[in-house]
Amino acid sequence: MIEDPKNMTCQEFQAQMADFIGTGEDASAHPHVQNCDLCRALLADLQTIAEAARQLFPVVDPPDSLWEHIQSAIKEEEGDPSRQ
Amino acid sequence: MTQTRYSMQPPDTTPQASGPVTTPPAVKAPTPAAAPTSGDADTLARAQAGDHYAFAQLYSLHKRRIYSLCLRMVGNVAEAEDLTQEAFLQLHRKIATFRGDSAFSTWLHRLAINVVLMHLRKKGLSLISLDEAMEPTPEEGPGRSFGAPDLSLAGSIDRLALERAISDLPAGYRLIFVLHDIEGYEHNEIAAMLDCSIGNSKSQLHKARLKLRDAMRTFPRREGRR
Repeated sequence: MIEDPKNMTCQEFQAQMADFIGTGEDASAHPHVQNCDLCRALLADLQTIAEAARQLFPVVDPPDSLWEHIQSAIKEEEGDPSRQ
Repeated sequence: MTQTRYSMQPPDTTPQASGPVTTPPAVKAPTPAAAPTSGDADTLARAQAGDHYAFAQLYSLHKRRIYSLCLRMVGNVAEAEDLTQEAFLQLHRKIATFRGDSAFSTWLHRLAINVVLMHLRKKGLSLISLDEAMEPTPEEGPGRSFGAPDLSLAGSIDRLALERAISDLPAGYRLIFVLHDIEGYEHNEIAAMLDCSIGNSKSQLHKARLKLRDAMRTFPRREGRR
């Protein structure tokens, strides 16, 4: 069932909120957001969190020693046919 | 029988410090970027055929994303290293079964996510049910989540607080939050990876964000900050 955006309850709007954040969709013009201070504030907060999280964790290299461990483990497994 | 050549170092996509590197003869130079190329397909095919140097190339191409994914998921360097190792060991065992139904990187990520999930379950961490209904619980409903607009987080995100709040999320919420909001996966991809519905993925993501919002709103008071 598709809700009428103009007559959405807060609960109905929030059920769709994941679609409006981090997807490039501009939800500010949504009729419910324009008429509901609380949902507008919530949406702004969640957008802020999603945006901040995106910049939070850099992509990092594992230590070089990890490859040595992996090589050793592969070597061990290949020497043990039961683990193939 | 495939001859094993373990003396080589994995070719890296980043500049290496000078040092002795034994490069096996008659192999292609490593692809200098993580973006898929026809060279990647060739490397993959050779790795599937048991070429260890090609497998080392695959490791170099994908290690950063896999390690970073593990690190974000568990928030612990030692565990992330162990999980990355396990993911690549499983890749080594299963690579011949990859049939190209999806992109190799997607397949590898799914494999790594399964490794992380199994690890979390073994640790007994509470993975929330991905089949949970969309209905908000009294704790998570609008009444608790809403706040007055003057308490808006906009412009006042504390990185440390957010990192801590993410690491404090229940494992299942954290998984979906990391996959969607940090790794950039779409809900349909997450649903496929976690074997849940798209609706459930959206619901869990929304709940994760609400939990983060709650945590961020209480953090300054709890920590005695502004």
